[in-house]
Amino acid sequence: MIYRRRASALHVARAGIAAAYGMALVLLALCFTNPLALGAIAVAAGAAAVLAGVGSDLARAARFAVPLAILVALVNALVVREGLTVVVRVGEVPPFGQIDITLEAAVYGLLLGLRVLVIVLCAALLTATVDPDEVLRGMRRVSLRSALTASLATRMVPVLARDARRMEQARRCRPDVDLRTRSTQLAVVRAVTTGALERAVDVAATLELRGYAIARRPPRGGGAPFSRHDLSVGCAALGLLALGAWGLAAGVARVDPYPRLALGTGSREIVLAVLIVVVALVPFLSRRGVQRA
Amino acid sequence: MSTLTFERFSYTYAGADTPSLREVSLHVDAGEFVVLAGLSASGKSTLLRAASGLVPHFHGGVAAGRVLVGGLDTREHGPGDLAAVAGTLLQDPETQVVMTTVRAELAFPLENRGLAPAAVARGVEEVALALGIAELLERSTHELSGGELQRVALGAALAGRPPLVLLDEPTSQLDPVAGDELVWLLRRLNEEWGTAVVLAEHRLERCLGHADRVVVLEDGAVACDAPPRAMLEWAAERAPALQTPSARLFVRAGLRPLPAGVKEARATLRSHGLARDPVAIAESIPPPAAAPRRRPWASRAGGVAAIRARGIWQEPAGTRAILRGVDLTLVPGERVALMGRNGAGKSTLLRHLSGLQRPTRGRVEAAGRVALLLQNPGDYLIHERVGDEATPAALDLVGLTELADRHPRDLSGGERQRLALAIVMDAGEPAVALLLDEPTRGMDRAAKGELADRLDVLAAGGTAVLVATHDAEFAAAVADRVILLADGHAIADAPAPEILSGGWHFATETARVLGGDGQALTPEQGGALLRSRMTIEVHP
Repeated sequence: MIYRRRASALHVARAGIAAAYGMALVLLALCFTNPLALGAIAVAAGAAAVLAGVGSDLARAARFAVPLAILVALVNALVVREGLTVVVRVGEVPPFGQIDITLEAAVYGLLLGLRVLVIVLCAALLTATVDPDEVLRGMRRVSLRSALTASLATRMVPVLARDARRMEQARRCRPDVDLRTRSTQLAVVRAVTTGALERAVDVAATLELRGYAIARRPPRGGGAPFSRHDLSVGCAALGLLALGAWGLAAGVARVDPYPRLALGTGSREIVLAVLIVVVALVPFLSRRGVQRA
Repeated sequence: MSTLTFERFSYTYAGADTPSLREVSLHVDAGEFVVLAGLSASGKSTLLRAASGLVPHFHGGVAAGRVLVGGLDTREHGPGDLAAVAGTLLQDPETQVVMTTVRAELAFPLENRGLAPAAVARGVEEVALALGIAELLERSTHELSGGELQRVALGAALAGRPPLVLLDEPTSQLDPVAGDELVWLLRRLNEEWGTAVVLAEHRLERCLGHADRVVVLEDGAVACDAPPRAMLEWAAERAPALQTPSARLFVRAGLRPLPAGVKEARATLRSHGLARDPVAIAESIPPPAAAPRRRPWASRAGGVAAIRARGIWQEPAGTRAILRGVDLTLVPGERVALMGRNGAGKSTLLRHLSGLQRPTRGRVEAAGRVALLLQNPGDYLIHERVGDEATPAALDLVGLTELADRHPRDLSGGERQRLALAIVMDAGEPAVALLLDEPTRGMDRAAKGELADRLDVLAAGGTAVLVATHDAEFAAAVADRVILLADGHAIADAPAPEILSGGWHFATETARVLGGDGQALTPEQGGALLRSRMTIEVHP
């Protein structure tokens, strides 16, 4: 997934604020396992992505995340031995012993899987809407070396992806190579690693030539004033964090999976879910200035 | 005033036995355009890395002597300091760009110097306008073509308006059009802004016309330092592999002075009364044969075809078709060049013919195994020893037996190409066809000549050879027949002299000098033609 600047409130807002918005959604997903809350966060992230013009990026991320979510759900159902409502008795499975699948473990597994999916969606939204170059500039004020590492990593990902595609085709053109043998696989891994190191050295040389090693700190201050979109996205991020804090403090959207499943699905949970969606989408109400981006 | 000075500079890479540069003394004055020439591994890249400070600060090793760049001694100043006085552009565009947008890339070196945002913004605007990349400013660097990436990297190198720019084969990974554009851009920088240029380049014919001086390196030492014409005279005696096609043409014909470019060559021919009327030449050349809409299923020679492709379509979902009903037949021993601009479908067609990709419509049939050599030979190398990559017989075929104990990554570009060729040809079942995708990228003329000879040997043994290339000189050297692709269609399919002698872009330098006269493609053919004319004039 690659950042591309688009005409949306999230892309227009400065990177630090857009990143705070994405991080707030991720944190919110980490706070709750309640399906109403998670559903609301997923709807908020999805709608924000569509309004920001990165809906297809989120769809791609979801395709990768769904198998992972299913795996999490299955593992929880099979491994966790808590819960009182046994729905399937699998029996003795060495070396795990007696395995009983409980309704509580199965449902909680599904909720954990849903949370994984929602976190991936929120992270994908963050990646697709936050300018990494601007983040690097910000990081440079804090730590030059960290920014250098991040810069190298950012640049190396697409370069290595292209290299890997080419190398895979070249392997297929070798008449003598049987990729099923361990020695050949090791040789390929070694060649790919060597190639990656050579590429990293080339990129590092370029960074040297651009003066990264002597990087002087840019003068502080004098930046552009906060725009309406900076304010609205920033307020939405704060609002989402406040909703998370309220939910945790007031015990809204709690889930007590064991021994018997107890899900909060009352009016307070519905209010929380609606507020999450509304607060997350408020920045997209105004498009003034967005087209100029 | 000297912008770049080497004083008896020698350098040996860490762990190497022999020096890469030996007692190099060189001066480049302000506003000069200097071309660095030499065969592969002659020390061109090392010299440029020494001028940019990467040697020894980045690479380590042992250095002696002194290099001054804009008055800064490279022993005391590293690449970051020197970037203010010398912009550097290396070969591979993909590793030359480190940020995600063009604007951020151009701003990056200025920000590293701690300039205020207003000064950065102005610097970005200035360099974008100067290099004609203003329309790319908001584009993501991931979306750019190789040529665009290289121009952006050049912009980043020039963002601080350094008085000197160092370029290490910047066109080697580009197609000819993008390469020519980059060289013209350098000339503009040199003429309009007085930027001194030091350019290492294999295709001398591309840049000699712009150069004030040519410095030739041999085994890390300066072998010749002279203006272009004098350098060509020197090369005629001492280093024939460095001669341009025009110079070789003139040497063959016994004409002087040797030309630095096509324009000079034509002027000299006119002054000798050897230039024929372009209209008469054009009338005498038959138009290139159009490719038949449906080539007959049988091969041209009527024998058994090595490969037959019928009506191949490649239609990726959601985008335009890459191949549109291409028909192609190769007979054993036939040598064919596949030409066309970037995106015409050449690489895709080769992948289909080799079975690496399946067409969405149409059919490919081969009489046996088809070997495909992709663009980057390094991608084929997976072992620690050349001898482990291919059998002794295959190494012998490409003349690498003596290097069997070397590490594949220590080989030169040409040697890697030969090793990759050995790998793809190395199987129990001999290949009925060999397909090569841009095999001459980054190769010097000597390596190209060697490759052409290897292909001749394979073709003589009955292997059909199909080369996708932008290099008209190489196509003329290896191909009997040329197919032109455009937008997924074969738009012409004819003998090489018909295609390569009558055009502007798909023409050899000899053909451009002679205006297609006699359908001469190579300097040898052109020289013979001119000599016959001169003989007729002297003995009517």
